[in-house]
Amino acid sequence: MSFSAFAGRLLHLVPVLLGVSLITFLMLAATPGDPVDIMLGDQQASEAQRLTLRHDMGLDLPLPQRFGRFLKNAVTGDFGTSYFHRRPVAQVIAERLPATIELTLVALIVALAVAIPLGVLAAVEKDSWLDRAATVTSLFGVSLPGFWFGLLLILFFGVTLHLLPVSGRSDGAIGIPTVTGLLLIDTLLAGNPQAFRSTVAHLAMPALTLGLPMAAVLMRVTRASMLEVLRQDYVTFAEAKGLTPMRVLFRHALKNALIPTVTVAALEVGSLLGGSMIVETVFGWPGLGRVVVDSISTRDFPLIQAAILLYAVTYVLLNFVADLLYTVVNPRVRL
Amino acid sequence: MSAPIANLDLPMESPAPRDTPFRRSLRVFLRNRFAVGAAVVVLAFVLIAVFAPWLAPHDPYDTDLLRRLQPPAWLEGGEWSYVLGCDALGRDLLSRIVFGSRVSIFLGASVIVFATGIGIVAGLLAGYLRGWVDAVISRLVDILLAFPYLLFAIGLMAMMGPGLLNIFLALAFKEWVIPCRLVRGETLALREVEYVEAARAVGAPSWYIMGREILPNILSPVIVVSTIRLAHVIILEASLSFLGIGVQPPTASWGSLVADGRSFIVDAWWISTFSGLAILVLVLAINVTSQGLRDAFDPRLQA
Repeated sequence: MSFSAFAGRLLHLVPVLLGVSLITFLMLAATPGDPVDIMLGDQQASEAQRLTLRHDMGLDLPLPQRFGRFLKNAVTGDFGTSYFHRRPVAQVIAERLPATIELTLVALIVALAVAIPLGVLAAVEKDSWLDRAATVTSLFGVSLPGFWFGLLLILFFGVTLHLLPVSGRSDGAIGIPTVTGLLLIDTLLAGNPQAFRSTVAHLAMPALTLGLPMAAVLMRVTRASMLEVLRQDYVTFAEAKGLTPMRVLFRHALKNALIPTVTVAALEVGSLLGGSMIVETVFGWPGLGRVVVDSISTRDFPLIQAAILLYAVTYVLLNFVADLLYTVVNPRVRL
Repeated sequence: MSAPIANLDLPMESPAPRDTPFRRSLRVFLRNRFAVGAAVVVLAFVLIAVFAPWLAPHDPYDTDLLRRLQPPAWLEGGEWSYVLGCDALGRDLLSRIVFGSRVSIFLGASVIVFATGIGIVAGLLAGYLRGWVDAVISRLVDILLAFPYLLFAIGLMAMMGPGLLNIFLALAFKEWVIPCRLVRGETLALREVEYVEAARAVGAPSWYIMGREILPNILSPVIVVSTIRLAHVIILEASLSFLGIGVQPPTASWGSLVADGRSFIVDAWWISTFSGLAILVLVLAINVTSQGLRDAFDPRLQA
C-alpha cells in the first residue's frame, strides 16, 4: 500500500473517532439528574461546596467547551472520578481490563481453533454428513443466547459434575507477581503450575461461552471461502501437478481461504467485547464488562462512559488494522 | 348470420397467472421443507404471543407460596396443571413463558420494522442523492457501527432508565444503520441502470425514482436481512432483560425469566432452562426461515 493510501485511511479515522467521542459525551451530558447529586450521594453539602464541585467537574461550562474538555482529558487518559469507587475511572479500568483482555483473547483462540478445522473439513467434505452436522451446529451456535448457554454449562460442569469452578478467575493466584496482568502468562512466569491449572479451569467455561457463537460465524465464513478457493484454477493446477491433496489444501488453498476468516474475526472482536459483559456477569468474572454492568445500578456514569469510549475506539482501531492486514495478505486489494 | 365467436369450441387463451420473480422465489422457498417447518414454528410463536391470555393455563402474576419452586410435572412433587413447574414466588412457569413471548416478539418485530423503515429512507437518500447527504448519513453510520451493539444499548439504557419504550429506543437507535448500509449500496448500483436513467430522462422526480423504480428492486435483500436481524434483536432484548436493565418485574420477558432462575439454578434448574429454551427455539426457527428466504429470494447474499 502506498503511503498516501495509508495516510488517507488514517485521516478517515479522525471524523469517526470524533463522532464516537461526541456520542459518548452526549450520552452522559443528556442523562437526566444532576451529576453533583449522584456524586454526593447521601453526603450533606453546602451550596458553596456544591458550586465548587460543579466548577471542578466543569459542569458550569457551556456544552461545546465541556466536550472540548472531555476530549482533551480523554486523550490523556483522564476520565474523571468514578461516582461509586471514588477513585479515578482510569484506575478502575486499568485494574479490570487485563481480566477482560485475557478472556477475550482466549475466546478468540477457541473460536478460531474450532472454526478453521471444522470449516475446512466441511468444505472439503461438502454435502457429507460432516458438512451437514457442521452447518446445523453453526446454526445452533448463532442462535444460542450466551447468558443461557453459560448457565447450562454451569449447571452441567459445575453443579452436576463438579468438574469446573463456576466463578472467579483463579484460585491460588494470590501473591503471584503481576507482569502482564494475564494470569495464564503470569502464573507460568512465576513457575506455579497449580495456579496455572486453576486459571485454565476458571477460563474454560467463560471462554467457551464467549467463543462458540463467534466460532459458528467464522466456521461458515471459512467453509464458504474454502469452497470458493477450491474452485480456482491454481488449485486444479496444483492437483494436476500431482501434489498430494494435503499439500494442495494446506500449502496452496488454505492461505487464501483464510483471508476472509481473519478479516471477519477482527470485525467480530467487537461482538466479543459486547458479549464479554454478559459472560462476565454470568461467571462472576472480575473484568471490565462486569464493572460496567454493576455501574448501571450505582449510576456510575463516568465509568460507563469511559468503558463505552474505550471499547468503541478499540473497535475502530481493530477495523483499521484488519483493513491494513487485508491489503498486506491480499495484494490484489488496493485501498 | 355467423355464430358468435364465443360459441366456437376453440381453446381460449386463459389468463395464465403471471410468473413473476416473486412467485418463482416463493415456490423455491416452499419447496424447502426445513425452512417452511421453521416458518410454521415462528408463526406458532406469534400466535402464542397474540393469544397469550387465552392460552396461558394460569395468571402469570398469580403468586402461590405453597407452590414455591415446584418442579415440572414429570418430576417428584410436580403436577400436570403446572406442567413446567413454578418459580420462586410460586407463579406458573409455562404461563410466564407464554406471556414472555409477547415482549420478545412484539418488541423485536417493532424494532425491526421501525429500524428498517428509517434505514430504507436514509439508505435511499444517501445512495441516490449522493453528495453531502450521503456524506452525513455515511459518517453517522460509520460512527454508530463503531460501538459494540450490546454496550451501546447498555449505555443508552443506563441513561434513560429501564422500561419497554426505552429498550425499543436503545435498540432502534443503532439497528437502522444495518438496513441503511445495505440499501445505500444497492441504490448506488441501481441508480446507474438504464431504466432508472430513462426515468430521470423523462423528468421523473427523485422521490418517484427512489420509491417506485429503485425500492421495489431492492426489497428482497432488505427483507432477508431484516429477518436475520430480528433473531439478533430478540437475543439483544433478552440479554438486556437478563442483565436487569430491560423489562422490569413483574412483567415477564424470557431474558428476565432466565435471570430469575439463575439464583435457583441448583435447586430449580427448570426456571432458567425452559425460559432459555424458548429463546433458542424461536431464534433458531427465525434463523432457519431467514436462510430459506435468502436461498430463495436473494441467492447473491449467500456468503
